[in-house]
Amino acid sequence: MIEIKGLTKKYGQFTALDNLNLTLDEGTVFGFVGANGAGKSTTFLILSTLLQPTSGEVLINGISVREKPSEIRKLIGYMPDFFGVYDQLKADEYLDFYGASYGIPEEERKKLIPQLLELVNLTHKRYSYVDLLSRGMKQRLCLARSLIHDPKVLILDEPASGLDPRARVEMRDILKTLKGMGKTILISSHILPELAEMCDEIGVIDNGKLIAHGSVADIQKKLQGEKVITVRLGDKTDEAISFFEEQPYVTTIERLDSEDGISFTYKGSEEEQIGMLKKAMLEDLPIVSFMEHVTNLEDVFMEITKEAAD
Amino acid sequence: MNFNNPVLFKELKLRFRSFKGFNGILFFLLAMCVFVFGYIFLTVNMTGSSYFRPSQSFVLFAFLSYIQLGLVLFTAPGLTAGSISSEREKQTLPILLTTSQSSFQIISGKMLSSVAFLLLLIVAGLPVYSLVFLFGGISPVDFAKVFFFLFVTLLAIGSLGVMFSTLIRRTIVSMIATYGSMLFLSVVTGFLLIIVMQMKAFNTMGTVATPSYLGQFLASINPAVLFASFLSPELNRTISELTKIEFPIWAGYLIFYSLITAAALFISVKKLRVNMKRLK
Repeated sequence: MIEIKGLTKKYGQFTALDNLNLTLDEGTVFGFVGANGAGKSTTFLILSTLLQPTSGEVLINGISVREKPSEIRKLIGYMPDFFGVYDQLKADEYLDFYGASYGIPEEERKKLIPQLLELVNLTHKRYSYVDLLSRGMKQRLCLARSLIHDPKVLILDEPASGLDPRARVEMRDILKTLKGMGKTILISSHILPELAEMCDEIGVIDNGKLIAHGSVADIQKKLQGEKVITVRLGDKTDEAISFFEEQPYVTTIERLDSEDGISFTYKGSEEEQIGMLKKAMLEDLPIVSFMEHVTNLEDVFMEITKEAAD
Repeated sequence: MNFNNPVLFKELKLRFRSFKGFNGILFFLLAMCVFVFGYIFLTVNMTGSSYFRPSQSFVLFAFLSYIQLGLVLFTAPGLTAGSISSEREKQTLPILLTTSQSSFQIISGKMLSSVAFLLLLIVAGLPVYSLVFLFGGISPVDFAKVFFFLFVTLLAIGSLGVMFSTLIRRTIVSMIATYGSMLFLSVVTGFLLIIVMQMKAFNTMGTVATPSYLGQFLASINPAVLFASFLSPELNRTISELTKIEFPIWAGYLIFYSLITAAALFISVKKLRVNMKRLK
């Protein structure tokens, strides 16, 4: 569905996007993660025919963005990170204007607009002026606008930025609905956990380079070469320390401050971990809990970008 | 021209949804009424007669024509120089550019909405303007000529405004560029014409006069000279004698301003969107 080959964008000496390669299948929800200025918006601008690449090629549904931008515009729905609205235009008129801009006949627009407003939970704001809507409502209206011509691909640049927690949840629910409709969605954010729940694939971009790409679990696994395990004990903490010190792949054992127990880093496989736990039970250690510390997605992101910087 | 132009309809809707548009019309008509009725009142009072002579009606017509010209020259840049740049400033342009509308549709929609508003101002003033017919001295052809060339000027200045608005990111700078161009065409060219004709007269004293193409060109592109030539046909003959070129000023004006309109609109359409095909 989307094929990005060697995409590069330079502004003078500064390289905003460096030889980006990416292939996405139809119906994929792809999350693009990166710090501010990493190159997410630049990629989206090129995909949306708004920015000319320095080199490389982008194909959407087999059509070249470079060769046939007008064809591409019919295929995509674009929502920028920052956007304005027209003063003195009501929500339904706003959608009607963009519907007409995509050449949708008036009769069809009249049926479409209530459906779209319902999808984004703005039916009650149909006759409200758009400049008077809250930020979250504007974001949702803009999302409805990007759907008016039923595009195959949605390009959403930080759709949840600047929204309060409730509005973020609402936005995430709408995106899940869209995912269910089979749309190919590219969504960017600088917050990885925000994307993890709804994305099939994630790409991490840093300084214009795609430094990691795969499913959320893949990326987490890739980073979790070593994990932290916490063991809570009834007593016998010293015995437990002696036991785990003898086990292979166990390093840096620490005593817990607040309660009886220890934590250590472990590099073995899951099978070896099961074996180690069985042995500990046979040793009659009073284990209350044996818990693998789940690495925070924020930590994953920080780790990846730190590795790239190094 | 695509009459199903969403940008045009949206712009017209927005323009007439605010009081600004109506206030503009109100104050323009008030100013015209004060001027026309004031002139008639003063003329009748000062001459002590209870009638209005055709020659006096002609002076009124001349004044009104120049007022309309001034209206076009000073309002067109203000209406068009922010057409694209203001969309850019309000961050509505990227979304507009990702729609299926062609660049020509967007530019023509912006241009026509501004032109339509100015035309409305001119048309709204017609009943006051047509008072001059009541007193004679003006032929409908004179009237039509003035209005046709007002429209030609309006299109050219409006196209320049849209072009600068497309090329320049900030509305204020685009505004300055458009007003600068308008002042160049309406004032600087007139001043240059006077200098060129003076130099020509000085250089050709006692010798055989050669044609002054520059002088003819300057006379042909100045709106004030064109309107003066309509109001006083002898001016055409005078300019021909001075430049030694027999070419009607209105024809030169029409060609030049049509070319400006076409070139400015062409540049605007070409520069509105990035050229994706060209490798940087």
